Amino acid sequence: MRTFRYERGTDPGQAVTLVAGEPDAAYLGGGTNLVDLMKLGVARPRLLVDVTRLPLDSVEPLPGGGLRIGATVRNSDLAAHPTVRRDYPVLARALLAGASGQLRNMATVGGNLLQRTRCYYFQDVSRPCNKREPGAGCSALDGQNRDLAILGWSPQCVATHPSDMAVALVALDAVVEVLEPAGAREIPLTEFHRLPGERPDQETTMEPGGLVTAVRIPALPYARRSTYRKARDRASFAFAAGSVAAAIDLDGPLVREVRLGYGAVAHRPWRARLAEEALRGQPATEENFRLAADEELAAARALAHNAFKIPLIRNLTVRTLVELTEGSVEPAAERGR
Amino acid sequence: MSAPTAAVGRAQPRLEGREKVTGTARYAVEHPADGLAYAWAVQASVAKARIVRVDDAVALAEPGVLAVLTYANAPRLAPVESRELLLLQQPRVHYRGEIVALVVAESLEAAREGALLVRVDYDTEPHSSVLTERHPSLYKPDKVNPNFPTDTCVGDFDAGYEAAEVRLDQTYRTPAYHNNPMEPHASTAHWWQGRLLVHDSSQGSGDVRDTLGRLFEVPAESVRVTAEHVGGGFGSKGSPRCTPVLAAMAARHVDRPVRLALTRQQIFGPIGYRTPVIQRVRLGADADGRLAAICHDAFSQTSTTTEFAEQTAVLTRALYAAPHRRTTHRLARLDVPTPSWMRAPGECPGSFALESAMDELAVACGIDPIELRIRNDTDRHPEDDLPFSSRNLVACLRDGARRFGWADRDPAPGVRRQGRWLFGTGVAGAAYPARSPVGSARAEARPDGTYQVGINATDIGTGARTALWQVATEALGVPGDRVRISIGDSDLPPAYVAGGSTGTAGWSWAVDKACRSLRRQLQEQYAGSVPPGGLSVFTDTAAEVAALEKVARYAFGAHFAQVRVDVDSGEVRVGRMLGVFATGRVVNPSTARSQLIGGMTMGLSMALHEEGLLDHRFGDWVNRDLATYHVSACADVERIEAYWVAEDDDRVNPLGIKGLGEIGIVGSAAAVANAVHHATGIRFRTLPIQLDKLLQHLPAG
Ligand SMILES: Cc1cc2nc3c(=O)[nH]c(=O)nc-3n(C[C@H](O)[C@H](O)[C@H](O)COP(=O)(O)OP(=O)(O)OC[C@H]3O[C@@H](n4cnc5c(N)ncnc54)[C@H](O)[C@@H]3O)c2cc1C
Ligand code: SF4
Repeated sequence: MRTFRYERGTDPGQAVTLVAGEPDAAYLGGGTNLVDLMKLGVARPRLLVDVTRLPLDSVEPLPGGGLRIGATVRNSDLAAHPTVRRDYPVLARALLAGASGQLRNMATVGGNLLQRTRCYYFQDVSRPCNKREPGAGCSALDGQNRDLAILGWSPQCVATHPSDMAVALVALDAVVEVLEPAGAREIPLTEFHRLPGERPDQETTMEPGGLVTAVRIPALPYARRSTYRKARDRASFAFAAGSVAAAIDLDGPLVREVRLGYGAVAHRPWRARLAEEALRGQPATEENFRLAADEELAAARALAHNAFKIPLIRNLTVRTLVELTEGSVEPAAERGR
Repeated sequence: MSAPTAAVGRAQPRLEGREKVTGTARYAVEHPADGLAYAWAVQASVAKARIVRVDDAVALAEPGVLAVLTYANAPRLAPVESRELLLLQQPRVHYRGEIVALVVAESLEAAREGALLVRVDYDTEPHSSVLTERHPSLYKPDKVNPNFPTDTCVGDFDAGYEAAEVRLDQTYRTPAYHNNPMEPHASTAHWWQGRLLVHDSSQGSGDVRDTLGRLFEVPAESVRVTAEHVGGGFGSKGSPRCTPVLAAMAARHVDRPVRLALTRQQIFGPIGYRTPVIQRVRLGADADGRLAAICHDAFSQTSTTTEFAEQTAVLTRALYAAPHRRTTHRLARLDVPTPSWMRAPGECPGSFALESAMDELAVACGIDPIELRIRNDTDRHPEDDLPFSSRNLVACLRDGARRFGWADRDPAPGVRRQGRWLFGTGVAGAAYPARSPVGSARAEARPDGTYQVGINATDIGTGARTALWQVATEALGVPGDRVRISIGDSDLPPAYVAGGSTGTAGWSWAVDKACRSLRRQLQEQYAGSVPPGGLSVFTDTAAEVAALEKVARYAFGAHFAQVRVDVDSGEVRVGRMLGVFATGRVVNPSTARSQLIGGMTMGLSMALHEEGLLDHRFGDWVNRDLATYHVSACADVERIEAYWVAEDDDRVNPLGIKGLGEIGIVGSAAAVANAVHHATGIRFRTLPIQLDKLLQHLPAG
């Protein structure tokens, strides 16, 4: 039997010391991803440090506006939080679009950010995968890659980051608070996940042993007009085929500010800065929304089976922005499926 | 037991419902046994190879591991028809995922870890795993499942087709589908004093017993197989599969009871699946849509070990009239696991092609698709030239049209847009054979006033146990709470497997006969009271079944679907499915409805979601769990309704019962695909219809 030790984290410092002191250690959040991967033999930790009892389970308002969300807050609780629902509907909607009610009740914010790709080959130890075993080769590059990346991939890995929540957070300029063996640090979410490059096994810019302690989202008054649109193969309980998180601020007929995040397109939740730039100061028209999406997607390179993601993301960008500017998004956050 | 009376035709909750929801109902690997050991399967990581060497040293050194069974040391098995069952006998790999070793250990965890540590060296050979209609291995099987003629020909198709005013020639493609019952394949096996006891997750424990007897060369009487509760099968447990054989081998090898359950990932292949199918359908009709010629050519795959020939075009032999007709089946022999039964084998994929083609013909002729089907109805089986015991296809279509609100339908495709959605509706017909196989049953009156009825039927979640109890209660004419029913045990009177939608018809007949003869004997010989020692009656229906008149026996149905397609994302959503069925006498409306909507949902799942994604480089499917192999979820259909028309058919069998476990899936995928066409004007002949395929064709904006 492959045994592992289980330790309950009591305070963040102790948890980091435990994990940093053991080469094959992992934090355990809700376990909805890690435990599956352990059963599949993909993750084989010797030590699990349970973080769910750490005092990191609250959502607090920040002095200048904005929120600090503890790393162990459950996805369901975050989605139901009144401030989130009112001030950041994009986040509530993204959370509720993910997984199922049971999974969201278990899943934590930290675990959600650090969940692994759903690439088929990564999850099956009988097939080569550079992310699992550097140098083994990437089975997806010329294989079943319909769900995988169109942006920022490398021939070493074409995986996507599967989270819905992270797409909303990246659009909201979230900052990840981490505690590393060397101390506490803040990393903008846009820089938290790496692109695969030559090292698809290295997924974040955190130091080994780093613990996510919180995610901060700054005040963004116009995010009250924000939304998340996820296209998926079945009506519930399916990862995104493509998704868009959007918030927009109008100055009369012009776009004053806009935020766009794209999901299921890259190894990280994708912040569409080129599209945002293209729209700033421009008339908020459907045509301009389309041109802006095209600007962002100009760099997209489709694999054999995922060219559809380019028109999909373009259409979803246009549609979410049209709905936000026309005020036709349904007011209440949609029910979770 | 709740209601004291349980008349046939009354909605009745499942007898074992409480045990199931409270977790006390025992499934195959929940039976306790002293000294239990656990097994874990090791699967081949290549598609075609000779096994050069199995290195089990590391695995054996793992604490708790008791044994590693391979071709080198596993108990020898005597031949049986399905070579898939001759497990661990030869150093050969016939498909990726084939079980090449079995690790037995003191605990499940040790067995699992041991399995990761077994090293198998292969001498690999090139493999072929992709079905095409030109595959070099294509051949004509001697028969198709279970024993239909491979090809049929009536009239002169070529001439009839050439002469037809309207001609349609299209090819339809469906991928591999994987049976995913809630309970994966699982067995607990125990040898003692030369006897073998197996708790198996099976649709027919009698066949499992006979097969184990042959494989291990012990008399069938020395083998007992139980399947008291089974968490679904959809055909994949309809004949013996690998788990009881492996568990029994392991139990013999370590001389202890052994428990083996496959994981979700492990069942994608080794336990069977629905073959991918390529179907060419040609229809020739006059301008009014009257069919003159029908041809249905089906290509599917089998393995190199065992032949399985999906009877894809068999439905086309029965559904519509036409003087000139031909059906053919060809098989490619590939380096893949053997395909097998999955809910309505043959009729399910066949109906997708035929009922899509009928929709295309309706469009081509400018005729309403319901009217087209009515015009081509027939009162004699078009190939066997027999009358139908009853045929209510038209009644189903008409009743469904009324309930669904078909009358106001504008046939123009792609024109109903509301906001970002395109709306459409579709229809399809359905038929499924109504067989009543021979069965036997025992009915016993006990001195305490209770009755015990036994039959080796299997309840795979359908509600069969409850239906049989209703039938028994009615036949005995006593309150239901005095009747006990026992099923799912090979020691009980033999009966057919839970398959082919035969259960309620065939088993009920046997139960009804046994109960009625008991009642008669009690009345005639004991003046209606029970003798002190009780009275037991055993009967079978062999003579009655043999004496059945020669008529064509089918259940019929009609499916209606309403879908909408998002023009931005290509997402298809099903707003409504409605099915109307003619299935004879319905024993238990509540479980009947559950079977019908289950089948309909599975058809929806086939239309929009399910697909085994083959990676030809590896030779197997890469999506092997329910997160990646999508089956429809509740949210995928907003409203689903199943109805049946009154049907009094005393020629189908004396009880007038037709099965209904499968007809729900026949035609439902076509109804959804036809609705997608009506919504968008795009015809999908390849399933599943996913958003990426729609996005390619939808007009932007
Ligand atoms: C069937 C299924 C469907 C799903 N569908 C969706 C979907 O549609 N959309 C979606 O977004 N998600 C989906 N998910 C994924 C789900 O959101 C994630 O599994 C979940 O968010 C992970 O959170 P967790 O707390 O359970 O993480 P765990 O499984 O506990 O951990 C995941 C990883 O994060 C690490 N980790 C956990 N906490 C911390 C921390 N504080 N600091 C550093 N590292 C940490 C762990 O070591 C591990 O590597 C689905 C999952 C399943 C099983
Ligand atoms: S895409 Fe990445 S995760 Fe998938 S097989 Fe290639 S290397 Fe592995």
